[in-house]
Amino acid sequence: MSKTQGVLARFANPAELIEAAKKVRDAGYEKFDCHSPFPIHGMDDAMGLKRSPLGYIVGGMTVTGAIAGMSLQYWVAAIEYPLVISGKPFFSWQAFFIVTFALFVLFGAFGSVFGMLHLNRLPRLHHPLFYSEQFSKVTDDAFFVSIEVEDSKFDEKRTQEFLASIGGSDVELVAGE
Amino acid sequence: MLNKNLKRDPGAAEAVGGDELLVTGGHTFSTLTDKVSGIVEKKTPSQWYLLFAMAVSGMMVLLGSIGWLVWEGTGVWGLNNPVGWGWAIVNFVFWVGIGHAGTLISAILFLLRQQWRTAINRFAEAMTIFAVITALVFPGIHVGRIWLAYYMFPIPNQMLIWPNFRSPLLWDIFAVGTYFTVSTLFWYVGLIPDLATLRDRATNVRKKVLGFFAMGWRGGNRQWQHYEKAYLLLAGLATPLVLSVHSVVATDFATSMVPGWHTTIFPPYFVAGAVFSGFGMVMTLAIIARKIYGLEDIITVNHLEKMNKIILVTGSMVGYAYMTEFFIAWYSGNEFEFFAFINRALGPYAWAYWIMFLCNVITPQIFWFKKIRRSIPVMFVASIFVNIGMWFERFVITVTSLSRDYLPSSWDYYSPSIWDMLTFVGSFGLFFTFFLLFLRFLPMVALSEVKGVMPEADPHNYSHKNGGAK
Repeated sequence: MSKTQGVLARFANPAELIEAAKKVRDAGYEKFDCHSPFPIHGMDDAMGLKRSPLGYIVGGMTVTGAIAGMSLQYWVAAIEYPLVISGKPFFSWQAFFIVTFALFVLFGAFGSVFGMLHLNRLPRLHHPLFYSEQFSKVTDDAFFVSIEVEDSKFDEKRTQEFLASIGGSDVELVAGE
Repeated sequence: MLNKNLKRDPGAAEAVGGDELLVTGGHTFSTLTDKVSGIVEKKTPSQWYLLFAMAVSGMMVLLGSIGWLVWEGTGVWGLNNPVGWGWAIVNFVFWVGIGHAGTLISAILFLLRQQWRTAINRFAEAMTIFAVITALVFPGIHVGRIWLAYYMFPIPNQMLIWPNFRSPLLWDIFAVGTYFTVSTLFWYVGLIPDLATLRDRATNVRKKVLGFFAMGWRGGNRQWQHYEKAYLLLAGLATPLVLSVHSVVATDFATSMVPGWHTTIFPPYFVAGAVFSGFGMVMTLAIIARKIYGLEDIITVNHLEKMNKIILVTGSMVGYAYMTEFFIAWYSGNEFEFFAFINRALGPYAWAYWIMFLCNVITPQIFWFKKIRRSIPVMFVASIFVNIGMWFERFVITVTSLSRDYLPSSWDYYSPSIWDMLTFVGSFGLFFTFFLLFLRFLPMVALSEVKGVMPEADPHNYSHKNGGAK
């Protein structure tokens, strides 16, 4: 059974999309998104988005990686397999900084990729927007605003009229299972 | 617009200003999508099949040479008693070095807001990954007993022994391993929106496969927001990483007591050389690819000129390092050190030294002239010279120092065997097999990024004082 999932409207170019984003935000909608083939400068402010918390995730991961790296080497060189090499101390922390740094970067990189995927709720291979024919142009040269049915202000008729009134074309009710 | 652009000096300040036209030929977003997606969707050019057949043959040569090495042992190589490090390490350093240009383009130039990088970053990053894979073959096989390759990793084993973390060779495993992983993640993150582009143009099974790898990308700004942050953070992490990787490779040499190796200049000098050789390889590949696939509008002569400037800068740094090494060897008053350098330039390997010197120090100097910086045949030949020169640099460093160390009684001349040569030639086959498969199946230009630097992508481009373009 087909069920309404949201409303989609197309805009002509990045400037119009930014204007539309401001108007949708000011009209009090919260569960909406602006789709474009590339990131548009100034869109975060226009949509009223908060800063991405990804930096904190990556910060935590880098510190974890560095601690893990230094601990691994301490445990190996000073506890599990203490061996005098070139007269250096068992815990030669200066020499251990290279591997510590490598793991700092490695954990940070995993944090930024998987943190980004988590914040974006990806992978998600199935999404109501993919029911729309015209939405496939979003990765080519089309600019869209979508408003989800879960939004408290959503009303099938009025939301469509609203998007048309702020300059949206090809306004479409997205329906799917 | 184009004429205005040609007259001005296309230096860094202009790219920051963003008023340079990076994509020529009157492309719109849509024609750009068609152009780049068309490369993987339309019929593959016949040159591709020819090159692929050659590359796979090369890869077979590599596999055959490795098979013989494993069967017979390292005796099949030309190694002898003083020269225990031969072409295996030369090739390893050569291939790792090539990778560095990709990360420089994708990370460092990103942080420096060099928008022209968008045209070349995707395939330069691909080059990085495949070069590092090729490089990693050599430490894996270099003792001829590949079933013992796990000794390189700190994993519990039945002998209860652990690797020595004070050794640069182990640092190398971590540095290069991290480098490979981070480069691959970076590359894949960049690919997600472009895989979505291909997905949205495809049908049936192809759509499903591409859709799986695009992970359901919808291009919403709530996604772009985190995506851009992730990209920035990856660039920030990859920048110190790439500078550290070849520095660590340099410490493989610099921490030993061999004359000619034991110098503090090695890490920065190796990094400059790595970027230099990498840009040589990017240039060779870019010129071939833009010709075969008709990408002259995206990878313009302006882009190539900028790369030539980087080749000039890093090549001059390498030349400067050669001279500094000589000066310090003399100034140190250490006769072994000074002998090592005199021996490099005038000893039995003088031929290799002067090939290196001509290719690395003289060749890039031609790029002082704008006409030459913009001449495609000249830069193509020069880029190949750069790669030859940089391979010889690693050969000179490795072999001259080992063959003539402290005790004249243990001096010996090193010559490679046919198996050394076949392994090296074969490594190109491995690299190009990967690279050609990439060109065939994945978008070789970062579409979403190139679109993002076109004037049409800037919301201010549409304000009324510009006459409301479009």
